[in-house]
Amino acid sequence: MVYGKNQWKAWLYLSPALILLAVFTVWPIFNTLRMAFLENYGLMSANGGATFSFGIGNFLKVLQYKKFLNCLGNTMLLTVLTVPISTILALLIAVCLNSIKFLNRFLQTVYFLPYVTNSIAIGMVFAAMFNIVGNITSADLSETGNIIVTSGIINNIIEFFGGQPISWINAKSSYAANIAVMVIYIVWNALPFKILVLLGGLQSVNKQYYDAARVDGTSRARIFTRITVPLLSPMIAYVVITGFIGGFKEYSSVVGVFGVNMGPVGDAGRLNTMVGFIYDALENDNQGRASAAALILFVIIFAVTMLNLYVSKKKVKY
Amino acid sequence: MKVVLQNLTKKFPNRNKKVKDEVVAVDKFTYEIPDGKLIGLLGPSGCGKSTTLFMISGLEKPTDGKIFFGEDDVTELAPENRGVGLVFQNYALYPHMTVKQNILFPLENLKGNDKLTKNEMLKRAVDAAHLVQLDELLDRKPSELSGGQQQRVAIARALVKMPRVLLLDEPLSNLDARLRLQTREEIRRIQRETNITTIFVTHDQEEAMSISDEIVVMKAGVIQQTGAPQAVYDSPVNLFVAKFLGTPPINVFKGQIKEGKLYVGEDAVFSVDEADREVYVGIRPEGFIPAQEGVLHCELNGVEVMGRDVSVVTKNAACENPVVRSIVSAESVFPAAGVVSFNLKSNKVFVFDASNEERIFCELK
Repeated sequence: MVYGKNQWKAWLYLSPALILLAVFTVWPIFNTLRMAFLENYGLMSANGGATFSFGIGNFLKVLQYKKFLNCLGNTMLLTVLTVPISTILALLIAVCLNSIKFLNRFLQTVYFLPYVTNSIAIGMVFAAMFNIVGNITSADLSETGNIIVTSGIINNIIEFFGGQPISWINAKSSYAANIAVMVIYIVWNALPFKILVLLGGLQSVNKQYYDAARVDGTSRARIFTRITVPLLSPMIAYVVITGFIGGFKEYSSVVGVFGVNMGPVGDAGRLNTMVGFIYDALENDNQGRASAAALILFVIIFAVTMLNLYVSKKKVKY
Repeated sequence: MKVVLQNLTKKFPNRNKKVKDEVVAVDKFTYEIPDGKLIGLLGPSGCGKSTTLFMISGLEKPTDGKIFFGEDDVTELAPENRGVGLVFQNYALYPHMTVKQNILFPLENLKGNDKLTKNEMLKRAVDAAHLVQLDELLDRKPSELSGGQQQRVAIARALVKMPRVLLLDEPLSNLDARLRLQTREEIRRIQRETNITTIFVTHDQEEAMSISDEIVVMKAGVIQQTGAPQAVYDSPVNLFVAKFLGTPPINVFKGQIKEGKLYVGEDAVFSVDEADREVYVGIRPEGFIPAQEGVLHCELNGVEVMGRDVSVVTKNAACENPVVRSIVSAESVFPAAGVVSFNLKSNKVFVFDASNEERIFCELK
């Protein structure tokens, strides 16, 4: 309780956070709203003294834009594929990590490493692993699409087992192959955080539940499905919700693997995402369209999160 | 099902890794628990009583020794194959399941020939719930139950698979005083009705004495004394057992045996036929008889009225306890202050050798 004389002190102590929030969060949000509803708003022309009329043209344009629908599709597909896969994998890894005594600390560190590694750097490593390197001239590719030299480790492994090398990310690669690479990359990148949260949850579960289950002769599978998963359900809900939010904001992963072209050579933009679309609009001095797309993204994320919360309220048991 | 423990020993590695010595939690525990009896494992915290219980359940592996259920050697058996029901100190009820699901859980684990149909399971669960008087609460979650109700769910869950042995770890320690009284009667009743051999762990001597057929008093992993509660109370074998049993606790005095007399401080209280030595004299609170010409003299501190009895609080220089507490009938009359004298009941006075605190069994005259 702060009364009269001392109230200015409270505001003083709050001011650093308030000022930062106002400058970097509140004002940009407000500005985004403003720009989204000004027809064809562009920063350069605005600086040049142009005026814009109020309207919803930006939204209509964005939604009619084929590129935008493509970005939306890519983002949705990646999110829907990677969130369940990474959550299930993280759950299994966390349970395994929790049950081993030997090297436990060391392995926790190993599994956490991707989290502290730059995602562009990881992307470049993935690109190298899936890449095809060699003296491939563009002429060769456009004529035959044949792979002449492979040196990516993934193709090496495939060849070692007698398979045909696949063009994962190079020119003429298929969309399915591109998505497969992205899914592997995003899952791998998303695992550490999820493992960390779930492992923390597991370690806070009272050991006596497991003792009680053992005395009652519960099989390992049943302990997992009937005890571990329900007791972890709040944490699982948390990683799923944050996973969906992160998934809809996917961008740097695609840049890491494919570069700013957001697609294999010869098909730029094929794997572009919502955030990528926003960046592109900004680069083309179309802040109005970018703002509209950002708001659409916000609405989608908001709706999905609400849906998640609704489902988890029914499923999270305690 | 009788339970036989032979030389049961549990050693834990020392927490401080530089110290090579292992911590001996339970040391050569040998005891036979008769079929269908309720046994209280009693001792101060850290005396190894819970470890003993967990070894019987199979959750802890003994370092040495054997465990038999009836004639079966179960020492190497996994917990699920022993047929034990275990009630944990904090109940360990699954928070996401209802009471019914909690009680059903052990039954759903049964495999092979033991597998039950849905209806059989439900019937057994309802029966178990009825036994612990939870019929109305089957659809509640544990968080919606009181401590005593949770306790009863835990007991029902342990009983529903019809265990050969029921184990209870500090079953009453999380309950308030009134519920504790009620629940211990409940445990007694359930045990009588099911006739399952039951072992329960407690540090509360009153609890153990009130419901056990036999008690096992432990200290630092070693059995001190076993027997019927009253027998142990009436004839403790050493100072530890004497001090541990009884509320209010026994009054311990420094004393000596000199020339055939037992002295408490300066007062000669009894004649004994023992060699001269330093001793501890333990006198139960109910062993005091106020008397004008009594043999033991104490400084009166106050009188606490408890209704039927009064508790006389006095001081005595030789007493190890802060005050001497005696319980006498309410009709006795005391002065407001000054010296009061007591005669002593010889069967309530125990003499212990001061060097090793073992009882000196001798006739007090």
